[in-house]
Amino acid sequence: MSQVDTTTAAVPIRPWVASRSSQAKGLVAPLMIGIAAYLIVLFTGFAGADGWALLFFLLILAVSFVRSRKLGKTKLINSMFNVVITGGALLAFAPWLSIFYSLVSKGFHGIYLGYFYHDMRVTTPDDELNLGGVGHAIIGSSMMVLIATAITLPLGILSGVYLTEVRGRLTRLVRFVVQSMSGVPSIVAGLFIFTTVVVTTQTFSGFAGSLALSILMLPTVARTAEEVLKLVPEDLRSASYALGARQWRSSLMVVLPTVRSGLTTAAILGVSRVIGETAPLILTAQSISSFKFNPFSGQIASIPMYIFALLQIGTEYSMARAWSGALVLMTIVFLLFVVARRLGGKDKR
Amino acid sequence: MHVVYSLGDRIFRRIVTAGALTSLVILALIGLFLFARGAEIFRDMGLKFITGVNWSTGSEDGTTAAEFSIGPMLVGTIIVSFIALIIALPLSIAGALFIEFYSSQRLKRTLVSLLDLAAAIPSIFFGLWGIQIFSSIAEKWSFLLNSYLGWFPLFSNEMQVFGRSPFVAGLVLAAMITPIITSISREVYSRTPRELVDTCYALGGTRWGAIRTVVMPFGRSGVVGGAMLGLGRALGETVAVYLILNLVFAYNFNILEAQGGNIASLIATRFGEATPYELKGLLAAGFVLFMLTLSVNMIATSVVQRAGKDRS
Repeated sequence: MSQVDTTTAAVPIRPWVASRSSQAKGLVAPLMIGIAAYLIVLFTGFAGADGWALLFFLLILAVSFVRSRKLGKTKLINSMFNVVITGGALLAFAPWLSIFYSLVSKGFHGIYLGYFYHDMRVTTPDDELNLGGVGHAIIGSSMMVLIATAITLPLGILSGVYLTEVRGRLTRLVRFVVQSMSGVPSIVAGLFIFTTVVVTTQTFSGFAGSLALSILMLPTVARTAEEVLKLVPEDLRSASYALGARQWRSSLMVVLPTVRSGLTTAAILGVSRVIGETAPLILTAQSISSFKFNPFSGQIASIPMYIFALLQIGTEYSMARAWSGALVLMTIVFLLFVVARRLGGKDKR
Repeated sequence: MHVVYSLGDRIFRRIVTAGALTSLVILALIGLFLFARGAEIFRDMGLKFITGVNWSTGSEDGTTAAEFSIGPMLVGTIIVSFIALIIALPLSIAGALFIEFYSSQRLKRTLVSLLDLAAAIPSIFFGLWGIQIFSSIAEKWSFLLNSYLGWFPLFSNEMQVFGRSPFVAGLVLAAMITPIITSISREVYSRTPRELVDTCYALGGTRWGAIRTVVMPFGRSGVVGGAMLGLGRALGETVAVYLILNLVFAYNFNILEAQGGNIASLIATRFGEATPYELKGLLAAGFVLFMLTLSVNMIATSVVQRAGKDRS
């Protein structure tokens, strides 16, 4: 066995992989340009982070122009576009990163343990941040979202089953309508529920809010359900037919149970789509500053409306509370995403 | 082939079909109800509902009649959305190309997750971020635009106040619709046949060469569809515009001036104190918005679906 040790194993050469030193060299130039841009910002009329970013971009562009000038026109254009596309991409990602950052940095001031189980009944706009909370809004939002899920999940599954199992004459129409429906403006959904449900029952209610959210949620759930059902192997259906199952038994007892976790993902993605919707709730559920557990009569609180109401008050502490509410909402959306991804991974295996 | 279904199957298929058609029924009901409830306004105002200038409930003694027309708001909706689209589209294409062709596998996976999460940011956050964080930067840019390009009517500003303008609202909406357009474009670009790109490299083409000659033409229709979906989202946005834009009822083509509005924010603003007659006006406005966004979305959907079909 010692023979093996003496033979020199071939070490693969990978000339396309950048070595440490060349990677470091690649970093030095941008770093120096960054410093140069910073100095220019300090001593000239350019100002702020945006001025710095713009200068940085222009300088990099200039440097890469000078560097690849000798390499010919094609290479020159290529390297210029490398810079332009990277810069454009960074600019495209910047707002979301800024939002995530400011949510955390501005939102955490108002968070304390009681924030999750207090309501705003006795809290005035100028009270310190250790008073009041978002508890009532969490309860209200959860109730509305649960009702909306109970309505849309069956409908979404039916429409997914229609598109993948039944495959009737209207397949193309259904797919088209579901997709177009996802573009219904949220305020229009609210207006529709207002003029039908709220006007007839003569009361704003959490239930009306759930109905408005359902309209916005259905396309997401239906589309995800279709995507998930498409992944079911055809063999499974054939096997159940071969065992003598009718279509309805094969669909209900073979196909749907296989994608159970995928359908949960569909519900979760639907929830994360609508939990932050504000506009429809202005017209249907409105808001209230105390706990309420009856979704069928009268106004009810929700996290987005909590934020919206605080924004309109506009005092310093109200703003801080609005950011905290937003942080709570974003955390919920984030957790929903993590769960959805976990479940989605399960089905593929 | 003629299939004979058993009784159980026929019942099953009926139920599923009925369930699948609910979305169609809901869409039809929305259009029908909004039109029916707003019909009185359409009858009273006629074409002036679209072309007129005034939105007033009339004086209380009845000397001037109530008059509702959404002209300025319709124009405002279109202006703000187009500003958003013009800015968001190139950034989204750059973002999509960057994720698909410029980043390593690991970075790509991170960015795609980030993109999904960004597409789920509630629109009220954009309003919050717009008024508290972004407005100071946007005002500075507006000021610069005005001082260098102020001779051009689009960028002129008599009042020299730069916040709360259609321009700022458009920028914030651009940030809002970028994730949607980026993720659709990225998906389309990722379906470019690998061998075509490799052929391009093998012939000595550069990365940009491959993108320009293969990837971009291949993904064009999908990107157009994605852009229109983003446009549809911008047209119907309520809360972000409501929070940022200073709602003024007049035609305003100077995008840097602090006045403007869109239909959705008009509905949100007037809803609370509307008289029954004005409410009908709002429902009629909602109907116009619904038809506008629905047609944009239907065109977008058919473009995207056709783009998907060519590939598969």
